[in-house]
Amino acid sequence: MGSLFNLIFSTTFGYSVLRVTTPILFATIGAMISIKAGVVNISMEGTMLTAALTAVVISGYTGSALAGLIGAILIGMLLGLMLAYFALNLKTNIILAAIAINLMASGGTIFALFVISGDRGISSSINSQMLPRIIIPVLDSIPVLGGIFSNHNILTYVSLISVFFVYVLLYKTPLGLRIRAVGENPNAAESVGINVRKVQYIALIMSGAFAGFGGAYMSMGYVSRFSTDMTAGRGFIALAAEALGMGRPLGILLASLLFGAADALSNSLQRFRIPSEFVQMLPYIVTILGLIIYAVRQTNASKRHKAEDRV
Amino acid sequence: MEVSLEIMEEILSMKGITKVYPNGVMANKNVDFSVRKGEIHAIMGENGAGKSTLMKILFGMEQPEEGEIIFKGEKINISSPSAAINYGIGMVHQHFMLVPSLTVAENLVIGIEPKKNNVFFDYDQAIKMTEEVSKKYNLSINPKAVVDTLAVGKKQKIEILKALVRGAEILILDEPTAVLTPQETKELFEELINLKNQGFTIIFISHKLKEVKQITDRLTILRNGRSMGVHETKDTSEQEISNLMVGRDVLLKVDKGEAKVGKPVLKTEKLTYYSDEDKPVVNKVDLEIKKGQILGIAGVEGNGQGELVDLLTGMKTPYSGSIWINEKDTTNHSVKAVRNLKVSHIPEDRMIYGVSGDGSIEENIISDRFDKKKYNTGVLMNVKKLTELAKSLIEDYNIRCASEKQQVRMLSGGNIQKVVVAREFSSEPELIIANQPTRGVDVGSTEFIRKQLVKLRDEGTAVLLVSADLNEVMELSDSLMVMYEGEIVAYFEDATEVTEMELGMYMLGLKRMSVEELGGVMSG
Ligand SMILES: Nc1ncnc2c1ncn2[C@@H]1O[C@H](COP(=O)(O)OP(=O)(O)OP(=O)(O)O)[C@@H](O)[C@H]1O
Ligand SMILES: [Mg+2]
Repeated sequence: MGSLFNLIFSTTFGYSVLRVTTPILFATIGAMISIKAGVVNISMEGTMLTAALTAVVISGYTGSALAGLIGAILIGMLLGLMLAYFALNLKTNIILAAIAINLMASGGTIFALFVISGDRGISSSINSQMLPRIIIPVLDSIPVLGGIFSNHNILTYVSLISVFFVYVLLYKTPLGLRIRAVGENPNAAESVGINVRKVQYIALIMSGAFAGFGGAYMSMGYVSRFSTDMTAGRGFIALAAEALGMGRPLGILLASLLFGAADALSNSLQRFRIPSEFVQMLPYIVTILGLIIYAVRQTNASKRHKAEDRV
Repeated sequence: MEVSLEIMEEILSMKGITKVYPNGVMANKNVDFSVRKGEIHAIMGENGAGKSTLMKILFGMEQPEEGEIIFKGEKINISSPSAAINYGIGMVHQHFMLVPSLTVAENLVIGIEPKKNNVFFDYDQAIKMTEEVSKKYNLSINPKAVVDTLAVGKKQKIEILKALVRGAEILILDEPTAVLTPQETKELFEELINLKNQGFTIIFISHKLKEVKQITDRLTILRNGRSMGVHETKDTSEQEISNLMVGRDVLLKVDKGEAKVGKPVLKTEKLTYYSDEDKPVVNKVDLEIKKGQILGIAGVEGNGQGELVDLLTGMKTPYSGSIWINEKDTTNHSVKAVRNLKVSHIPEDRMIYGVSGDGSIEENIISDRFDKKKYNTGVLMNVKKLTELAKSLIEDYNIRCASEKQQVRMLSGGNIQKVVVAREFSSEPELIIANQPTRGVDVGSTEFIRKQLVKLRDEGTAVLLVSADLNEVMELSDSLMVMYEGEIVAYFEDATEVTEMELGMYMLGLKRMSVEELGGVMSG
């Protein structure tokens, strides 16, 4: 087991944790905004997948990674808008509408890929672009830290900055105050003249945009192609991370890192002679364990509170 | 009295308003209503008469099927609350419209947030705004307090401030005093008079005839959705008003015979509970209620009555001391275990602890007994029997509704209260803990609920009655206690021996009985 220890405490492992956390973090941020507004967006998975394909196709045809990224964000926003229209205007159940988007994305991306390029499952014939990596000047030359934090894909840094961005958005802007009010008591918000539907539209579109970032990263950073169901449940793990992070910016960052670490570990462990099926289960097991621990702690906390009351 | 021309000006009028809710309930039928600038105008009527509906239309929360609204001589269309706010109409709702996890200042400014650098929410400025309005209108409040932690009286203040900070000139107050103590009500009235003198127009909904007589200039009465006309308050007697509202004379005096008390049902010993700030909010409370006795607790709200009730009903666990119900130690019992000992509870906040708003009337009524053998056949609920029960209670308690399947949320405030009372009174309780049982209930139904309470007591139920309505506790109680800062400061074995004045002295902490006086009577 010594080698496992070495593996976890190596710079490369630290680096890969950040690398795999990025898409989870984007999706978690998106999920959090929607949940705060009281309109949970569980279509993060399908939206990311659609955005990943869009990024590949657009960057392939234009030769510009930036165009691919913008395309991915726009398609994410479009799907967020669509979900909002179904749920808020047509009054369909938002969960069902989101499931429909997920199913549509899963099959639709394969179909669209085939129609566009003739590829089956993997976009091998599209010459898609990659988003650049960034070497951070001073940091890069510091031993361990440089190895872990420098030379990442630009979107990895964007995802970390985004945590700060949502913090400011939700807690330091009028819109954030409105989002929180709408999510907690829509009647109260309405009674002071806030357009509840508009706020929820904005929240869903923003959550779609973050899924778009996540998708673009998957196909233009994490790997350099699109493949069937490549998001592999990250959009759902995001919902777990949101709960585990208790809906607070720092909390969701830590929760995303935890799930990212599990993901990275499962990637690294594939080198050992353990059946890969088991290893690949790891991130999902950690997700379940994380949620259980979270739930148990919640119950204990309320019990402890009671006990303290009595002392 | 001088009547200046300005006062006579009709600032706003509603003509021929008809409102039919999607479920077919016709809440307003061809109602005319108008207010003059600078007056306090009451709207009165039974529960479900359509008062809140009419005001929701004025505030843009509901759209009428027919009718028009004329504001300062012009026909206007109030399509949403923000339109109403723009016309200078503000509303304090019967059930508060606050976001619990936000602070007072945040709640006050949502929708009109002050900005820093044109982008950011300026919280410091929000606090300053809160301090300014609260000072200007003399409604003191801590801007940084989280709303969730505040008492109802404070929440009310936030609601009024919310309207004022948005520049309302016409203030609609939907049953503002239902949740206030006499002291707070007095304070509110001074405030309202003050606002009136500054030219504000106030529409005031209340079931309390005395209050309406005291502060309003005119009143409009609704009955079954129809207007029964506008009346000058000073020319209309309380009798006339209740006659117009209910169609008969209402006697708020309840005939009550001698109490036939039996063995003790509820007993507490040195019951103590600390607040989050480590202050004793319930402090060494000893009390005893016997079979067939009504024990009233008087006190200014926020002196531990709420917490005491929470302890007795199992919603909170005491810090020390013990509770005995029918000689069983229930100190650490859960709510369910306490209820299984035939204890009923009418909670203070009906929307949070009394009902599930999304559930139907029937579901709410059966919620304490659907699991009882009597209502089950094998593993299945006896739905027919439960529905019959709900139907008969709706009838008995005169709950105005479309059917027993109607969502409780859609009932009028007073009718929601009746759903709670119906459930709690009909479960053959041995002990009833009633916290503000007639809050927001119209005069006719108040009379009914009070009579029921006395009837249950005559049948041998022990009753603990907590009420901010001094009349109510004095009228109904056999014995009376006063709570001040978490302690019992007075006990009257015979409630008829005490005067309102004397009670007031104890309630405000100006006077208290010695330990011997208290201990002497209580151990007896
Ligand atoms: N959202 C709604 N949907 C359907 N019916 C409703 C709704 N709101 C109120 N009603 C019905 O309309 C009628 C009038 O209700 P309203 O709330 O205006 O009464 P109210 O005069 O304010 O009574 P209270 O004194 O009890 O507050 C009632 O029969 C009620 O059940
Ligand atoms: Mg009402």
